[in-house]
Amino acid sequence: MSWEQIIFYLFAALAVIFAFLTVTRRNAVHAALCLIFCFFFIAGTFVVLNAELLAAVQVLVYAGGVVGLMLYVIMLVRGEDASQVKQALGQKIIAAFISVLLVIQIGSIVYLSFAGKATGRLAQEMARYGNTESIGTLLYTKYIFPFEVASVLLLAAMVGAIVLAKNKLER
Amino acid sequence: MLHEIGLALLRIIVVFGVALLFVAYLTYLERKIIGHMQVRMGPMRVGPHGLLQPIADGLKLFFKEDIVPYEAYKLTFYVAPLICLVCALVLFAVIPVSKSFMITRINIGLLYVLSIASVGVLGIILAGWASGSKYSLLGGLRSAAQMFSYEIFLGFSLMGPLMIAGSLDLAKIVEVQKVPMLIYQPVAFVIYIIAALGEINRVPFDLPEAESELVAGFHTEYSGMKFAYFFLAEYANMLVVSAIATIVFLAGWKGPFLPGWVWFLIKLFAFVYFFIWVRATFPRYRYDQFMQIGWKIMLPIVLANIVVTGIVMMLI
Repeated sequence: MSWEQIIFYLFAALAVIFAFLTVTRRNAVHAALCLIFCFFFIAGTFVVLNAELLAAVQVLVYAGGVVGLMLYVIMLVRGEDASQVKQALGQKIIAAFISVLLVIQIGSIVYLSFAGKATGRLAQEMARYGNTESIGTLLYTKYIFPFEVASVLLLAAMVGAIVLAKNKLER
Repeated sequence: MLHEIGLALLRIIVVFGVALLFVAYLTYLERKIIGHMQVRMGPMRVGPHGLLQPIADGLKLFFKEDIVPYEAYKLTFYVAPLICLVCALVLFAVIPVSKSFMITRINIGLLYVLSIASVGVLGIILAGWASGSKYSLLGGLRSAAQMFSYEIFLGFSLMGPLMIAGSLDLAKIVEVQKVPMLIYQPVAFVIYIIAALGEINRVPFDLPEAESELVAGFHTEYSGMKFAYFFLAEYANMLVVSAIATIVFLAGWKGPFLPGWVWFLIKLFAFVYFFIWVRATFPRYRYDQFMQIGWKIMLPIVLANIVVTGIVMMLI
């Protein structure tokens, strides 16, 4: 095993451990703290796989932005409530369904890549231009439609959040 | 292989040694400059002209009793200052001091700086929460809102120069500048400086600390070395912000006659001096005013700057 492989497996294992800790901690802030470390180790695996841009975005958006906002909300919850998070919310059936879907999706990707069918254009382009340029080019040419759909979706979510908050304020 | 590792280690030791020395002496510099601006002498007792003052301060903080409040969440209370300090110090790894001297050259340097800096904020939020005190909690909440907003302007203000340079690699950004980027991007420069002041929590935007309202904000309950970590992180961030300004807007190590690293340090300390000067000049903003100039004035300007830059680049 080469050094890169050892580091990759180390980071991957640590990411899984911290992901597990995230869902088992009773204190919401401690869970968020574990989530930060989890994201960092995922970013580490991206770096080992030569996907620097993804690693930086992983840290910037998830570890920095999303967890930050989560912490912001958690801090506004009263101390006792934040430290006694319920472990089950009666959503077991939905959760199981989504988990099965996720396993199928990841499994199919893994299968395809082992069958040699999923080595997409990105890998070839990356070798030619480098990470940032190739992802940028692909996002704005081949994948422009999903990209725009995702941004519209995010916009809709934002408008929804504002409407919900406004309604509460006016009441 | 071993030769390379040795060389890399040497670089890391030199950069971090010098950076920590600078950080320690920044406190001295700040006290001296502000002292003279307010017609006082500043520290004078320890060593000639108080030159050994930072060392004495460091020793004092090192031997102080380390108090952990009864109400605090122990683990988070210990981890928070470490997150702050580590996130501030690892940023020095990508700063190109001269053409050949930098710890590592990665092709997403600028994005690396922005992303790690955004994690540093979490240390402050966690510190505010873990202290179990209302002043700390309010300070943490304030700094969270402030730093999230100002990070956005900081990132956007660097977007214009980035489009002209066409690279995220800090060394390449310097290499493509024939004249300093400041001439092409004056608006972005001004916004960057304002956003940087907000990002590193300095006067006039030091609302997370605001000692007259919040005692000391998020680090009210911290003492000894843990307090020193926050302190070091703040000054290290000031150096990093100045270094990024030097690299992106003032063509980094480029300049006539003198060697590259001398030019870099001259430009760096011009920014540092400016930040200290601002502290001696302006009163603190009120919190709502501060958020208003951010979201209602700076964000539109910075977005317009990106659009105009794009249009001009398409036309030329």
